[in-house]
Amino acid sequence: MSLQVTDLSVDHGAIRAINKITFRVETGELAAVIGANGSGKTTLLRALSGLNRSAQGSAKWKDFELLHTKPELLVRRGVSHVSEGKSVIPELSVEENLSLGALWRHDRAGSLQMRDKLLEHFPRLAERLKQSADTLSGGERQMLAICRALMSQPELLLLDEPSLGLAPLMVAQIFQNIRDLTTTMGLTVILVEQNAMSALKVADIGIVLNLGSIAASGPAKSLIADPQVRAAYLGY
Amino acid sequence: MYQFINTVLIGITSGAIYSLMAIALVLVWRSTRVVNFAQAGMALLSTYIGYECIQRFHSFWLALFIAMIAGAGIAAAVDSVFMRTLFRRVSHGPIAGVAPIIATLGLLGLIRAGLGLFVGNADVSIRPPVSNIGYTISGHTLAFSPLKLVIVSSAMTLMLALSLLFSKTNIGLSLRASAFSPEIARLAGVKVDRVRTLGWAIAGAAGAAAGILQTPNGTGALSPDSLDFSLLLVFGFIAAVIGGLDSLLGAVLGGLLLGLVLAFVLTYISGSLVFITAFVLLIIVLLVRPQGIIGMNRGRRA
Amino acid sequence: MHKIKSTNFTRLLFFIVLGVGLFLLGNRVDELRVYQGATLAMYVIAISSIILLTGYSGQVSLGHGAMLAIGGYAAALAHEHLGLPIWICFSIAVLAAAAAGAVLGTAAARLSGPYLAGTTLALAVGLPSIANQFPILGGEQGLLFDVGAPPARLGADFTQYKWYFWIAALAALIAIWWLQNILRSRYGRMWRAVRGNEVAAELAGIHIGKSKTLAFTVSSGLAGLAGGVLAMTISTVSPSAFPLSLSFSLLTGAVLAGVSTLSGVIIGALTLVATPEIADAISRRLGNSENVTTNLPGLLVSALLILVVLLVPNGPVEQWRKFRARSLHEVTHR
Ligand SMILES: Nc1ncnc2c1ncn2[C@@H]1O[C@H](COP(=O)(O)OP(=O)(O)OP(=O)(O)O)[C@@H](O)[C@H]1O
Ligand SMILES: [Mg+2]
Repeated sequence: MSLQVTDLSVDHGAIRAINKITFRVETGELAAVIGANGSGKTTLLRALSGLNRSAQGSAKWKDFELLHTKPELLVRRGVSHVSEGKSVIPELSVEENLSLGALWRHDRAGSLQMRDKLLEHFPRLAERLKQSADTLSGGERQMLAICRALMSQPELLLLDEPSLGLAPLMVAQIFQNIRDLTTTMGLTVILVEQNAMSALKVADIGIVLNLGSIAASGPAKSLIADPQVRAAYLGY
Repeated sequence: MYQFINTVLIGITSGAIYSLMAIALVLVWRSTRVVNFAQAGMALLSTYIGYECIQRFHSFWLALFIAMIAGAGIAAAVDSVFMRTLFRRVSHGPIAGVAPIIATLGLLGLIRAGLGLFVGNADVSIRPPVSNIGYTISGHTLAFSPLKLVIVSSAMTLMLALSLLFSKTNIGLSLRASAFSPEIARLAGVKVDRVRTLGWAIAGAAGAAAGILQTPNGTGALSPDSLDFSLLLVFGFIAAVIGGLDSLLGAVLGGLLLGLVLAFVLTYISGSLVFITAFVLLIIVLLVRPQGIIGMNRGRRA
Repeated sequence: MHKIKSTNFTRLLFFIVLGVGLFLLGNRVDELRVYQGATLAMYVIAISSIILLTGYSGQVSLGHGAMLAIGGYAAALAHEHLGLPIWICFSIAVLAAAAAGAVLGTAAARLSGPYLAGTTLALAVGLPSIANQFPILGGEQGLLFDVGAPPARLGADFTQYKWYFWIAALAALIAIWWLQNILRSRYGRMWRAVRGNEVAAELAGIHIGKSKTLAFTVSSGLAGLAGGVLAMTISTVSPSAFPLSLSFSLLTGAVLAGVSTLSGVIIGALTLVATPEIADAISRRLGNSENVTTNLPGLLVSALLILVVLLVPNGPVEQWRKFRARSLHEVTHR
């Protein structure tokens, strides 16, 4: 029971953004994917969530092939993706963004219950339910985006740079939230991050991408300790 | 004074019809980024179906209902068969940007000529459900009649129903989400392709209603090459542009505004200036306020 | 494959030879064909005006018939009220339509496809009501436009239609020659740059808005000339001479010609001339019922438009060129 990615390659026209990568994430683990700009992190997540359907190789989640499946069907298989940038719909209210994530379940009571549970974790959103999403601050939007994904009650959560544009304090808080969610809800999380150090600190395992290939991977603690990784990706 | 009230009522009546057409155009524009010029043809076809129903079952209301269902079906078929093929085949190249425009225009021509082939080009007339003799208020006979009252209230009811559908239901939420941000909607589990077709279907129903209501509002005559349907399309387009092309509320307001302005021109200046006024209004809005009267400040150039 | 770079002179020579060829041809065919020849020339001008607009500047006009109407009415007015010679009337047709195009183009340049498309469509739909508005335009009847009999020195058996054909063909040759030159000039390069990539063109210092307005103006001027020629061949201008279906036909012709190059323009024009005849033949087969005769031409044109957009969106000429390039490639790489 795990996410098993084998020989995954993704091309953007003539550019090979992901080149034959293989890795494995056990259920319940939080995996941090780090790497420089343009190293293929976003491309990897978009292939896993079905947004990019031109990928080759295989990516199996609990023996179900993720590649070449439409994102709206993958959601029904327990895969939720918070895409790069703030993955909310600014024209809709906070409440509507949340309910959107659970529409496909056709379970109004269950969805309300889930919503209340999430709002306990994120009280700032609770105060702003009727506001339109484009009035939220960057951090609040990111929380909303994550909550929208959680409303689908996923088992595998793909997060693309949730810390983008957030103040350092906020980053720490969001990462702690993600860690808590992973533990309490038993989620498997792939966390793509520029904030390499903070991400590795909360993660179980780390995967370092470089120009579309895996440069290093292993338990997060040992990556932090690895002098080469420190020098190249963690900045000290 | 009576004339003023009368003009306002007449303006609102035809304005409500333009609003319905504008809603149809906006719905398709929002979901597909295409201005569906075939909407006039689809409305024409639905109106003929409605006409057949009136002949058979002698009920205007049943005809309106069936025509709307037919309009929805036609539009759904056009989207899921025709537009989908078009987008698959013509996704790049010098013509990709204009191909949908050209294709919907071709469809308009095809429907008009095809319909003419089957039913002929002679006028038929839609019998109004109630009298078209104007109300009399203290000796003054108004142009506003029970028929106009029926038309304006049907149009308003439909618009109210649509606005409830969009704001209060899950379907409405999916429709709005898919229109504003298809990618995020898909990530949230919305089947955007189906929702898009549904948007077309609702547009088809709204267009059909506009067609059925406008015919008795005008001369009552109906023919495949009728200028009325071309004008309905043009006025619907102008109303939609006034409202910002992206907004349903804008479409309603744009239609009512256009209807009122044209009614005043018709009553107080000259009937032959009606079209020129509408066209000048369009140019002014495009030059001065291309985002429409209530449009958000988003780019209109894409 | 190497391309022969034609100089201005050789191209001019080519057009002169083509012209002489056409004039000789005009003597050898019957009256109907001569008339169709004049119509063909009119379509060539009108279609190339749309190709310029759509293919070279990425804009689309659904109501170019309105521009033809403006040209036609301008020519007729100049002829009737000022008694000007025919070629000055045609020049006035060009100028009037170009002026209208400049106004519309200024609004259009700020807008994207659907807005311009809708606006031009509105113009074409509303044109009759505008024509009826001003008594000087003659209402439903319209105006007469009689360019006069052919000069006596051409001989007694030189028919009126042959005269129309001469004028129309000359106008078409001049228009195409001129258009080719402009497309090869810096304006042509500018339009191509804008069509290729607006952002890059803007960075290279091209004013997008001006470039588009200019394209719309030139295109409208050409359409005005076509309108003048059309009015000449039918001797009148009236709202019914410029129906909405004319705009549709022109668009169909342009799409058939392949909007990205001028080289297919004759295919588009020939198809438009042939369509009514084909429709006629079919409806005669089907027993000439009125429904069929009135609607078949429109049906054919629309069906053609849709089929071409779906099947060969870049036009058959471009498709054929690609096909040949591919097979050549295969041959040389064997
Ligand atoms: N749609 C696309 N078309 C062409 N190339 C693309 C496309 N998307 C990504 N690329 C290229 O693929 C490579 C990987 O991009 P990707 O977005 O996956 O990087 P990333 O690791 O997410 O970078 P960042 O940290 O900046 O978000 C880059 O070289 C990028 O230019
Ligand atoms: Mg990225």
